[in-house]
Amino acid sequence: MGIFSTFLSKIKVSDLLHKPDLDDVLSELIAADLGAELANKIIEETRKVKSETPEEALYSVLKSHLSLKPRELHIQSGLTTVMIVGVNGTGKTTTVAKLAQKFSPQGTVVLAAADTFRAAAVEQLQTWGERIGVEVVSGKDNSDPASVAFDAIERAGDLSASFLFIDTAGRLHNKSDLMNELGKIKRVIEKVSPVSEVLLVIDATTGQNGLQQAKVFAEAVNVTGIILTKLDGSARGGIALAIEDALDIPIKFVGTGESIDDFAQFDPAQYVKGLLS
Amino acid sequence: MFDALSARFAKTFGGLRGKGKISSSDIESAVEEIRSALLEADVAQEVVNLFTDRVQTQSASLLPTLQAGSNQAQAIFDVVNAELISILGSEARRIRFAKNPPTVVMLAGLQGAGKTTLAAKLAKFYKDQGNTPLLVAADLQRPNAVTQLQVLGQQIDVPVFAPEQGNGSGSAVQVARDGVAFAHSKLHNMVIVDTAGRLGVDDELMDEAIAIRNQIKPDEILFVIDAMIGQSAINTARAFQQGVGFDGLVLTKLDGDARGGAALSITEIIKRPIMFVSTGEKISDFDLFYPDRMASRILGLGDVATLAEQAKKALNPETTAKLEEKFARGDDFTLEDFLEQLEAMAKMGSMGKLLSMLPGAASMKKQIENFDESEITRTKAIVQSMTPHERRDIKVLNGTRRSRIARGSGRAVSEVNSLVERFSAAQKAMKQMRSGNVPAGMPAGMPDMRSAKPAVAHKKKSKSGNPAKRAAEERE
Repeated sequence: MGIFSTFLSKIKVSDLLHKPDLDDVLSELIAADLGAELANKIIEETRKVKSETPEEALYSVLKSHLSLKPRELHIQSGLTTVMIVGVNGTGKTTTVAKLAQKFSPQGTVVLAAADTFRAAAVEQLQTWGERIGVEVVSGKDNSDPASVAFDAIERAGDLSASFLFIDTAGRLHNKSDLMNELGKIKRVIEKVSPVSEVLLVIDATTGQNGLQQAKVFAEAVNVTGIILTKLDGSARGGIALAIEDALDIPIKFVGTGESIDDFAQFDPAQYVKGLLS
Repeated sequence: MFDALSARFAKTFGGLRGKGKISSSDIESAVEEIRSALLEADVAQEVVNLFTDRVQTQSASLLPTLQAGSNQAQAIFDVVNAELISILGSEARRIRFAKNPPTVVMLAGLQGAGKTTLAAKLAKFYKDQGNTPLLVAADLQRPNAVTQLQVLGQQIDVPVFAPEQGNGSGSAVQVARDGVAFAHSKLHNMVIVDTAGRLGVDDELMDEAIAIRNQIKPDEILFVIDAMIGQSAINTARAFQQGVGFDGLVLTKLDGDARGGAALSITEIIKRPIMFVSTGEKISDFDLFYPDRMASRILGLGDVATLAEQAKKALNPETTAKLEEKFARGDDFTLEDFLEQLEAMAKMGSMGKLLSMLPGAASMKKQIENFDESEITRTKAIVQSMTPHERRDIKVLNGTRRSRIARGSGRAVSEVNSLVERFSAAQKAMKQMRSGNVPAGMPAGMPDMRSAKPAVAHKKKSKSGNPAKRAAEERE
């Protein structure tokens, strides 16, 4: 049973936000991966909100924990350069393809296959590039990712492209050498072109570790936004709310399915609703 | 992995140990601390409740039987340890080989869990044990998953059956069936079938997995799951269990700093054992899962059993025997021997990984993570820039030689000097050891550890400025 139905069925027969019912709501919030601490905080706040219905109270409290920063892609005049980063297996390469699909109507898109580590990651992106009809710049397997990114910027300049999306290799955030490499890639890019956005891809099924991922990536490359993927699965992606609350990094896009078009601008109202379904 | 949880447990038990007499309210507050630690570690709520209830009941009933002055905290620690082992599945289980080969292993799991990489790791693991695995590329969904498996197959020299290039076309069921038939005809004794990732709720792909299962009748279905998964772990595992079904679990990305809630949740609820763990990006970063050793690690007791096994695997018995002989003869331990030891250590995996298996590793987590792995490479470079003569007798190293070595290895002369200095000190220490401070007849089966010692001991000296190493040293 979803959190709301649980919540409302109890509410009808009891006083507003009676203690035992709040325990159920708390456990639902924890089940959505908000984390025990934040879930407790939200329950406490909900208790204090004066609202028509308990449902509204909970909604407004949850929304108050979201970031107020803009959620659109920051588009620059000339070339908009976006780095895509994240731990292994969150769906970075697919996300890069989805971004290309979404923004190619607005101008020429170039993709940089700077994941030179995972076997066949370059081919995976090339296949997507062919399907979408955008150019993919790549190097050899195990070549220097920074040099691939550099080549891609040159190529984007030649084509007077409007968007450059750079796919990077997945890396666990506790590997400091790999995080340093990411910093280096960014610095190399910045020598020739400003980086408009660094988007961190977070898998909606991630637990409390997601917070740590966001913290470390933000320190290494100054993450400007989150892309929440696999939101179509059984997970509700509560970790994203925890990240927004703790680090004030806005979720910008969500991946909602396997097809290239299953990708949308983040919608706070819908997200909060999904969190509670 | 598990470090944060370890630290919390250490704190809780530190508190208990500090008390002369433990009261039932002490137990209650300890159990409360454990509850919040487990929730923070993404352990499923139903498992948290089960676990804390059991610990509470057992400890409470144990308490009256313990005399004041006896080690009450230890008794409660033992209760927690036993419960942890039980929740992690009690006994280690391995792949059951079919009576009539080939043994068919099918992999299933969510997207991005790491199935394709795991397929290769599994193949390499069993190949090294003398089996003849065949990899079957039946993930025809994700673009170039087939290519990825082919590249990995080449790296580990295991054939890959891949008649379809995938990218959304072709029949995975057909590929799986033909793959098993192919293995049969080519006398492979093991087939590992990689399948497309799916979301727990996706009926279409789940149906495909079921169809593959019905066609190839696997001996083992392994459910591959990311160690970083949150509270949805249980529901996902349930969906797979009710859909395609599975016999065992493989946990991936265990080298991250996830707190491993999934590991602590699924076995208890779904009643399926964790069989393997994947611990890094290299193909060899793959281990069997032992519930008791994992419990030890969570409770900060370290995992010395695994460490010893890895040492045994990495050290060449011949060189070990040679070294032992030398040692017995009274010859000096030379830089040549040292180089061999360094190389053996590199084979054992990263220094950080080795250190994290030592007892109390959780308390030096930061240092372990920041350990500069290239220090070993630099040391190796210096030794490799010496002539064999120099390596055998460091006394010949005069200024000219030292500066040549520094140039050759791209390091500063001061680094060469300090290596030589520290090495002489280590040599001296070993001589003293031989001259009677260590029992002459070490038990049989121990030679590995003994010969590993010089290198380890020396490395510690070499990094005495590093707090992690220092801590490790003090612990010895």
